[in-house]
Amino acid sequence: MKTFLVVLFGLILSISVYSQTQGSKLPSVNVKTLDGTTFNTQKIDNDGKPIVIAFWALWCKPCKKELDAYNELYEDWQEETGVKIIAVSIDDARSSSKVKPFVNGKGWEFDVLLDPNQEFKRAMSVNMIPHTFVLDGKGNIVYQHTSYYEGVEDELFDVIDKIAKGEKVSEK
Amino acid sequence: MKKIFTAFVLMFFFVPVFAQFGKVLENSRVQGSFEVDGMYYFPDTKMGITDSLINGRNFAMNGFGEIIYTLGDFSAGVRYEAYLPPIAGFDKRLEGQGIPYMWASYNTERFSITVGNFYEQFGNGLVLRTYQEWTLGYDNSLNGAKVQFEPVEGVVLKGVYGVQRFFWNKYTKNSRGIVKGLDGEIDLNDLITSMENSKLRLSIGGSFVSKYQADNDPIFKLPRNVGSGAARFNLGIGKFNFSSEYAHKINDPSAINGYIYKPGDAFIFNASYSTKGLGILGVFKRIDNFSYKSDRAETANALDINFLPPIIEPNTYMLSSMYPYATQPNGEIGFQFQVNYKVPRKSKLGGKYGMDITFNYSQLNDIVRKPAGDTSAINVPGTLGYTSDFFKFSDHIFMRDVRFSVHKKFSRKFKGTFIYLNQLFDIATIQGHAGAPVIHDNIVITDMTYKFTSRSSLRWELQGLFTEQDKGDWAAALVEYTLSPHWFASISDQWNYGNPDDNDKLHYYTVAGGYSIKTTRISLTYGRQREGVVCVGGVCRAVPASSGFYLTISSSF
Repeated sequence: MKTFLVVLFGLILSISVYSQTQGSKLPSVNVKTLDGTTFNTQKIDNDGKPIVIAFWALWCKPCKKELDAYNELYEDWQEETGVKIIAVSIDDARSSSKVKPFVNGKGWEFDVLLDPNQEFKRAMSVNMIPHTFVLDGKGNIVYQHTSYYEGVEDELFDVIDKIAKGEKVSEK
Repeated sequence: MKKIFTAFVLMFFFVPVFAQFGKVLENSRVQGSFEVDGMYYFPDTKMGITDSLINGRNFAMNGFGEIIYTLGDFSAGVRYEAYLPPIAGFDKRLEGQGIPYMWASYNTERFSITVGNFYEQFGNGLVLRTYQEWTLGYDNSLNGAKVQFEPVEGVVLKGVYGVQRFFWNKYTKNSRGIVKGLDGEIDLNDLITSMENSKLRLSIGGSFVSKYQADNDPIFKLPRNVGSGAARFNLGIGKFNFSSEYAHKINDPSAINGYIYKPGDAFIFNASYSTKGLGILGVFKRIDNFSYKSDRAETANALDINFLPPIIEPNTYMLSSMYPYATQPNGEIGFQFQVNYKVPRKSKLGGKYGMDITFNYSQLNDIVRKPAGDTSAINVPGTLGYTSDFFKFSDHIFMRDVRFSVHKKFSRKFKGTFIYLNQLFDIATIQGHAGAPVIHDNIVITDMTYKFTSRSSLRWELQGLFTEQDKGDWAAALVEYTLSPHWFASISDQWNYGNPDDNDKLHYYTVAGGYSIKTTRISLTYGRQREGVVCVGGVCRAVPASSGFYLTISSSF
């Protein structure tokens, strides 16, 4: 068994080296859209403009506060930077039914994806939610934070704005 | 071993990668995360925690570290875990340390294979769901292989094969069951070109799962292979959405169902209507003898093959989480109705910023059971157990939860949430407190935030729980100060002022502080933890009363 595993491991590694063309920064995981359609996370794209990926769940109070804060500013942000926000719900199986009415009820304008068995969450090494990532136009993760605090939206906007202007995001 | 290693190294290097090596490194990525939860216990005689109860085990620690390596389509990961010893309230069988989770996977757009430990869910999870929940100390990952294949756009086929994690116990012959499963899902809008832009969105799916476990029972002749199957659909028509799943399991006598031979059923149906600013949801659910474990003798939260989604809303506030619901796998029938409405901005009621209103009604009853034969009683081991009418509700209510909440922003600086809950909770059934009366309670919560500047804010909660049963009335308060983006400090108290026993009118106070920077968060809490139950997704663990320091460090990179 061990030999088999090692050989398989090696084989897979070799194949992957061969088939290597262009490295994508987001893992390839199947999630669902609110319509119930399967969607691969590698297809997340915003025509070279910044992308925000925020992990949340119905049971997570601070997550909902964070997303409320983003939603209030989303229109302005989009106008100024073209940013796209994607909120990924990690609620379990009931999510597909409850998330959609909740999101619509809240009037959230951004895209929402469902990750009911938390595969995307694991692939992104998310421990606690809220956990928010900012990707530049090329799909590189340039910024991430966990925890919600008042004013987080201002910090996030600074980052998005810098990306949109083509400035380097400084590590702080 | 040496030979294998050589073979491995050769294989790796004989691939003509030298010229591209730089490129390869560029495409590879290492990421990971870790968390350490440490506890230091004090004796607290008022809470009944004595030195002898602690027994020298003042320290407890749960921790994990996980690393994922990705190189193009290839990725691999390991997770180290340690429970030395586990924090009070976690399963004692977790004590130990090691690497329970190790995998390698190869992914392309149409095909992926994973070997080692993995998590998977078919449909709603009624017949198969493996997942990990750190806060519960729960992990039922499968160790084996998983294949996923998309022959054409819109069709996803999955296959799994393996044995489940059981704390630190290695799999040996017949020590527990072997799980196999197949799942297929067809998205008709993706599959059929003419439906691509249709307003009607339809996907259908089906799964089959089987477990094998040897029969060493001296009395009963038990089925060694227990098969289960499920069918599901999701239909969206404009603003309406309907989804449903039905699952059936052949006879599966187990410690949970009391070794009866009745087949099991599970059914969920969801209907929702939603448009901007309004969401309405209705759910019907029925579970009948549907515990499905890869060891029929296991009764705790372990070795579950499937998952039964809850319909009671999860609670996050101190007092509203006093009476959490735990799914009753032997039988429950219930429904949920929820409305989310956003009163528009600049309307009379909504004011400048609008207002969010939520109403929810959830209720779960027992199913109706009748003797299976003319003479036998109900639930006699070794018999069919009982028969049950599909749509009949028993008079026995397990839980009813009615809640109304309003979230309103008063100004740029000031916002608040107001919640009212009315609950009925059968503590005797759900928490096994035999003979305890059914609890009727009312809970009121206010949660206000005031923003001093864009960086500093104060949040406070006031809560009350009122009941004649169990421990009587409670009041709770919390004040939290946040200095963005790094610091927070809070104090809270839960006071059981209505406890019928004067000696138990206790204060459960905590003082906490924390620091977070980017993806790292450190927090330290000092105080008392009341006895209670923590539930995630209807799966619960008991939390004993404790007093002491609690430290959490969490980070990802």
